[in-house]
Amino acid sequence: MSYRALEYADKYNIVKNRKKFFVISWIILALGLLSMFTFGLNLGVDFKAGTRLDMYIGKDFSTTDIDAIVREKLPETHFTNVTAYGEKQAYTRFEETIPPEKLTEIEQALIAKYGDQVTKQESTVDPIIAQELVRNAGLAILFAALGIAIYVAFRFQFLIGVACAIALLHDVFIPIALFSVFRLEVDLTFIAAILTIVGYSLNDTIVIFDRIRENERVMKTKTIEDLEHLVNVSLWQTMRRSVFTVVTVLATAVAIVFLGSEGIRNFSLVLIFGLLSGSYSSIFIAAQIWVSLKKREMNKKRFSTAPNES
Amino acid sequence: MIKWSRLVLFLVVVGLLGGLFTTTGQVASNITLGLDLKGGFEILYQVEPLNEGQKVDTTLLAATAQMVEKRVNIGGVTEPEVNVELPDRIRVKIASHDADQEKLRELIGKPAVLTFRDVQGKTLMRGSDLAPGGAAVGYDELKRPLVTVKFKEPKLLEDVTRANLGKPMGIFLDDTMQTNPTIQSVISGGSAQITGNYTQESAQELADLLNSGAMPAKLIEKQVTSVGATLGAMSLEKTLYAGYIGGAFIFLFMLVVYRLPGLVANITLAAFIYLSLLFLDWMDATLTLPGIAGFILGIGMAVDANIITYERIQEEIRSGKTILSAFRAGERRSLVTILDAQVTALIAAVVLYFFGTSSIQGFAIISMLTTIVSIFTNVFASRFLLGLLIRTNLFKKPSWFGVKESEIGEL
Repeated sequence: MSYRALEYADKYNIVKNRKKFFVISWIILALGLLSMFTFGLNLGVDFKAGTRLDMYIGKDFSTTDIDAIVREKLPETHFTNVTAYGEKQAYTRFEETIPPEKLTEIEQALIAKYGDQVTKQESTVDPIIAQELVRNAGLAILFAALGIAIYVAFRFQFLIGVACAIALLHDVFIPIALFSVFRLEVDLTFIAAILTIVGYSLNDTIVIFDRIRENERVMKTKTIEDLEHLVNVSLWQTMRRSVFTVVTVLATAVAIVFLGSEGIRNFSLVLIFGLLSGSYSSIFIAAQIWVSLKKREMNKKRFSTAPNES
Repeated sequence: MIKWSRLVLFLVVVGLLGGLFTTTGQVASNITLGLDLKGGFEILYQVEPLNEGQKVDTTLLAATAQMVEKRVNIGGVTEPEVNVELPDRIRVKIASHDADQEKLRELIGKPAVLTFRDVQGKTLMRGSDLAPGGAAVGYDELKRPLVTVKFKEPKLLEDVTRANLGKPMGIFLDDTMQTNPTIQSVISGGSAQITGNYTQESAQELADLLNSGAMPAKLIEKQVTSVGATLGAMSLEKTLYAGYIGGAFIFLFMLVVYRLPGLVANITLAAFIYLSLLFLDWMDATLTLPGIAGFILGIGMAVDANIITYERIQEEIRSGKTILSAFRAGERRSLVTILDAQVTALIAAVVLYFFGTSSIQGFAIISMLTTIVSIFTNVFASRFLLGLLIRTNLFKKPSWFGVKESEIGEL
């Protein structure tokens, strides 16, 4: 057993301070819910129906000019202000589905103004399909959480499965809440990213529970203090690994956000939020929830056995 | 005692791998790119019956899908992906640089009710009366192009031609007349010829139109994703670049923190990347933008297996074990942890596959693949190689493993 880990474990007891971390997570949860109920999510066409038009202009341009072109071609249609992004690209979103001929007309007008390098990218979704997508995405997250919880409950113990499921939902919620707070657009790749988080966030948690299980064999856990000590030591023993892993994965996610294509910028942002939340929750939440649950179980047992002893 | 044979074996294995890696570019270029990287489009159609009373069933869906595929092929695009999604949808994916998207979309989506009408505009026959693929280009005695047409029921054609002999019969696509040949004789065999001033091209066009006109159902666009070729290429380039930078950081990180094992991890990581690409190629999987991101992330996850093992080995060394026994204990103790972590990732990917729609499914397949490949490269291969190196007895100092002498505790 590494002496350095034990040194840290003595210096700072994460488990003893678990209430503080619970409070932090509750505050984030409350803020996130508040934001979602007041502002909602900025849903992209994948979930709201309508047409999203991405235009690659490849030259300097002014959004007002493009705005004017779109307005001229589709005078009766409501659309969000043309927004510039990335290297000379712009997009706008229509709240209704736009027939392809109209979009081609816009493209032609842009080509006439800015030259042949102009290309467009279109994404149109019908309301019925959008509803189905939302439902499937929600189901996917629930089933993934359930499947993983069952596996963990089977491989470890029931209460660990419960703790993992809670930590998992925590990690899924945080990126969603942050997207609501920052008004970032939620589309199909968002769901893919959330589900990547589902697969990944528990990696850390499981490594920690594996260590707890291993240490349990050699350390006695008769009292709640023993249990707290066991978990605290296990956390510190796996700390280097937890930090290093998140650093390597984050490095790639950050690289994609800053250097990758705009099309997956949101995807990588979800990953970053989720990775950070995932490593936070595995160290400061999941194992702590387990300790709290275990404590309740221990207290209950004490009460139930008391009459027999007296 | 130094065992050179192990070192030689290690070098041979690494040399062989190095030889394989030179084909990486070739393997990578064989991988099918999704439409978001290549340009192209994906459309989800709702299938609706042409006539009232007709029901949309699997037979009709299959026939419609087949027709869609044919129409896309007529547009000059090979390998379109046409899938039936029950109960009543068809998804068409076309990833191609040079497909004329507008034209193809118009061609596929056209309800295109093909009718043969008499002078009064009364419908005599329909596109569905044509034999499948029944129209072709033929030539008359003077080698002038003409269009030959075959009907399913010769009797119907015979009746129609008898009733309208000498009169023109218009061929309409919806309400647009395409051509207006005059019926010159009663045709009994079921095969007719349309003659006129056709060139090779215009004859082919009409034949294609007649073939594609026999769409058995109406198609309504429900979801469209279309990407211009320039945008796709740009996405690919930028994301790959991001991948190189992220990957380079990981390689450097492993080398600095774990030294000798870090070197082995980097070799197996290269093998991981190579094998993942190779399997993607073999499976004919389509790589999409989220797929690449997932793949880059997979590199981060694959390296986690090494981090878990090496942290364990470092711990064992610090507790005073010899390098070899620290390696043995470390690899044994980390295996269960790694497998547990990988299984949860797999569960998530499988769920994703079953609930996701097309592009997410592609992503799920890639994450399943990378998870499985990483178990082989970054768990088993990595152990084998590191074991070889350690057993050469060349690397006995803890500093080779990123552990300072001063950190080693007394037993």
